[in-house]
Formats: sequence, C-alpha cells, structure tokens
Amino acid sequence: MHKTVILWVAVIGASLLAGCSSHKPRNAAGAGTASSVPGDQSQAKGADMSSADSAAAASGAGVAGPSSPQLQNRSIYFDFDSSDIKSDYEALIAAHARYLASSPSTRVRLEGNTDERGSREYNIGLGERRAQAVRRALMLQGVADSQITTVSYGEERPAVTGHTEEAWSRNRRVDIVYLN
Amino acid sequence: MWNATAALLGLLTLAALPARAALQVNVTQGVTDPVPIAIVPFGRAVPADGGFDVAAVVQHDLESSGRFRAMQRAVMLSTPTSVAQVQAADWKAAGNDYVLIGRVSAPNANELDVDCDLINTLTGQRLGGKRFTATSASLRNAAHQVSDYVYEQILGVRGAFATRIAYVSVQGEAPNQHFQLIVADCDGESPRVILESTQPIMSPTWSADAQWLAYVSFENRLSAIYVQRVRTGERRQVSAYAGVNGAPAFSPDGTRLALTLSDPGGNLDLWLLNLATSALTRLTNDPAVDTEPAWSPDGQSIYFTSDRAGGPQIYRLEVANPKRIQRITFGSGYNARPRVSPDGMKIAFVSREGSNFRIGVQDLASGTVSVLTHGSLDESPSFAPNGATIIYSGRDGPIGTLQTVSVDGLVTQRLTSSQGELREPVWEPFAR
Repeated sequence: MHKTVILWVAVIGASLLAGCSSHKPRNAAGAGTASSVPGDQSQAKGADMSSADSAAAASGAGVAGPSSPQLQNRSIYFDFDSSDIKSDYEALIAAHARYLASSPSTRVRLEGNTDERGSREYNIGLGERRAQAVRRALMLQGVADSQITTVSYGEERPAVTGHTEEAWSRNRRVDIVYLN
Repeated sequence: MWNATAALLGLLTLAALPARAALQVNVTQGVTDPVPIAIVPFGRAVPADGGFDVAAVVQHDLESSGRFRAMQRAVMLSTPTSVAQVQAADWKAAGNDYVLIGRVSAPNANELDVDCDLINTLTGQRLGGKRFTATSASLRNAAHQVSDYVYEQILGVRGAFATRIAYVSVQGEAPNQHFQLIVADCDGESPRVILESTQPIMSPTWSADAQWLAYVSFENRLSAIYVQRVRTGERRQVSAYAGVNGAPAFSPDGTRLALTLSDPGGNLDLWLLNLATSALTRLTNDPAVDTEPAWSPDGQSIYFTSDRAGGPQIYRLEVANPKRIQRITFGSGYNARPRVSPDGMKIAFVSREGSNFRIGVQDLASGTVSVLTHGSLDESPSFAPNGATIIYSGRDGPIGTLQTVSVDGLVTQRLTSSQGELREPVWEPFAR
C-alpha cells in the first residue's frame, strides 16, 4: 500500500522533472577522479527515469517508459555458475525490450555480477557471460546493438554483503541501468 | 621501462593512511624442530637511533617464520654487544644453537650503521656478520635485512623479510564500498595508500623490477588497466577497450603485459600488450573464458585459467607458439588463478574441494598436488620471492584477511586489519 503511493509520487515527480529540466548525464566524472557513489539507487534511478521519459515522449512511441511500474524490476538473477536466463525473467526482459525497441535513442548498460565464490578474474568472465546473455535476449527482441553496452563487475560489486546462499543468490545478477 | 613522460599522475594517490594491518602470528603446527637462537638486544646509538629496537624486529621476523624459537630476553644472563663478550658455552647451556649480537652506531649525522655477528654456540665460532647502512627512517628495513641475513646463514635459503606486499582493502557495506590499493612491508607495517576509489580496484601485480604495479580499476564505471610507479605515484592507462580489460601480468623482462580482453560478443581471450608501442598480439582464440595469465620466470610460457573443457582448469601455452597449449590441472572440477613459483617448478592456484575454495600447489614435474589451506573461501595465492611462503586471502568469520602458509603447509600466519577487508595480496619480487 505505502509502496504504491511512494512509487506514484516518484513517477509524478520524475515526469515533472522531465518536462522542465535538461538532463545532465549521470556519470559525468572525469578520468581518474572519484566517480559518483556506487549503488545510490534512489538518486540514480530518479535521474534515469526523467531522461528516459523525455526520450519516450520525443519518440512518441506510446510504450510505457522506464518510469512505468512494469519496468521497475531491473535485475535478472541466475543460478550458480550459470548464464542461462530462467523463464521467470522472460517477461521482465520482454518489457524492457519493448520499450528500448520503441525508443532507439535510449541506451542501457548491462552490468553482469557473480557471487563471491571462486577466483576474481574468472568471475569477471562469468559476469560478462551473463551480461551477454541478456544482451542477446534484448537484441532478439528488436533492440539495436548500439543501444547496449555491457560491463562485468564479477564479484566486485555485490548488491548485498553476506556469505550465505541467500546473499549469493541476490548477487548473481545482471542489472539493467538506463543511461539517458 | 617506457616513456615516463606519457605517464599520468595518479590523482587519488597518497591520500590517507589506512588502518594498520597487524600481524598475528599463528603457527598452527610449526616445524617439528625449530632452530633455538638467542637474539640479544643490540647496542644502541643514543639518541640517533630514536630508541628503535632492532633485535625485537629480528626476533619477531624469525619467530614468525615458524623455523626459529627465540630465547626470552628476561632470562638472558648477559647482553653482549661484541663477539669478545660472548660466553658461547653459557648460551649453549641455556639451549641455544646460535647467538645473534649487534650494534647500531652513528658514524655521522645522517647515517646509521647496523652491525651484526652470528655465533655458533657449540663451536664458539663466529659464523659471520654483516654491516647494513640505514637512516633513522629506514632502521626497520635494516632490521629486516639482518633477519634475511640470519635466515640465509642458518637455513641456506634467502630471507624475504625486507620485501613488501601490495593488497586491496575494502571498507563499507555493499553496495557502498570504498576501495584502496595499499603497499606495506610484508609484516603489515608502514602501509601506504597508492590509490583509492569508490569503484572496484582489483588484480594488482608487480613488475619484476618491483618498480611498478599494474591493476584493474573501474573508476570510470568500466574496466581499465593502469600501470603505476610505486615510488612516485605517476601512472598511465594502458588498456581501456570496450568490454573486459583484466588480469594484467608483466612479462619478466618488463616490456609486455599479458592481459585479458573481450571481443564484441563478450568472449574473453588472452593478449599481449607491448608497453612501449601499445601494440596488441593475440595469444588465445577460443570460445571459452581464457583469463588469469601468469608468466613462467623464464618468460617462455604463460599459465592461465580456461573453461574450454567445461569447468575452469589451468593450461600452459608457449609464448613463441601460443597454439601449443597443454592442460596442467586435473582432479578437482575447479582449478583457477595460477601463480608460478620463483624457481618455475610449482604453481599455486585456487582449487575447489567440495563447497570450499582452497589454495593448492602442484609440482609441475610430477603433477603431485597438495592442498595447503583449510578455509572456505581462500583465494589469490602469491609466492614470496624466496618461494618458501605463499600469501593469500581467506575469510575469518565474515572478514577477509591476509594469511600466509609455508609451501610445506606447516606454518601459517594471519594479517588482520582493524577495519575493512583485505584481499588480493601480491608479494613483491626480489630486485629492489
């Protein structure tokens, strides 16, 4: 109940922002300087929404943009040592693909992650495989290659701290990050 | 090594002192027969030596190796500082095979001399001695050099007490973490932050001349490889291609970097980067993940991790003919991140045993594997430059710590930090 109210306040706020401000790229940090605080989800997502909405408005596609409730889920979770996309996430990916295909100027970064087990650079390889699996799924549904960049953080940027299967399962993921 | 004028100054360097890592010696088994030795307090140069206790550092070094048992100072009947003052029979009667004595002197205002003499108590003979020159700021290093000298005189193996380690320190809870790349003495003393970032820093590695570190930094949200001169902090970005830039490893001659890059489809392969020209040469071309290259000391082979046969295993390629690839590890379904011993005879790597990840060592001639550690998540092994010890990161409850284990598995130590987690230790090579 509360969550729904807060979400809609956020959506309205974001639309207002989109209507009246020119958006500044989120990652404006210069080379070598400390970049923005990682995982500051509330701020980052607010900014993403505003710009993506303006892109949607410009394209006139009429498909719900990233601020819409059905695009709030942006993490795809994986089984241990696997980069297979589970059927639970097909709808999530399809929803993002519909929007991205309708808004060719919108770009996303797919961030692949693993749990903490195993060697770090090999996990970079596994995270990249996961990001690529999501990239291929998006492209099969009409998203252009030029709209997608991938990065693998391996086990270096866990979503949660912890050394249990529960923590690990939340860290084996690909995050979809809207860039504009 | 290359044109230093092209180097960028590390903007985030030398910012703050990290929480000091304290060495906790924890000899789990120890050798059955540690060498008994008396390390007598050294003669002082008051006040030039600043009250620094050279003998205490030497005692700590030698005991922490697990190969020596030092006599307690409180029960010493005398504290000789010259060979003529040593009554060898008395030290023998007290159970010591050796006595180490020494003196700090100040020949002039800016210099300190540290002299040591090693005496065999059975024969009463002076086995040898040496003078080390220091300043008041480098007395600790001179003490480590005394330890190296004693270790080699008695055990016949070069000591590695005067070397440094680099490691990554991580503070804060995910997803808001703070990363530091730190260089410290190998006992955790004198830590210095050489880079810090809110984004991950990983895979630090030394050049063979110990002047440079290469590492991966995500400071621009994407991966890039940098090389940085440790003494000055100057650095430059050497690889920032689209996709993965990972696992740098300096060639023994320092001219090239082996590294991992991904193609547009996300497949990871090994490449060689010429550091002078930036030219890239492909080493592997396989749809599997190929990563974590490690050079043999002669520069002719590269060991690496690949999952071309399913799970990750370690392979070796010939640099001159990289299509010649041989699988090295079998047994466990997960063997990764090889590092080659300084004599080229062994590799250390991460090996899965059941649900645990541990440090294994394989003798390359015989193929015999020993698993040296007993943790649940041990990783990132790195050989000491004398080959006697491996440093790695492990978990102590929820906290990541640095640990060492002797290559025979008998002596372990732990480096803990007052805050944060320590990971990816890499031991400095000899050659400073």
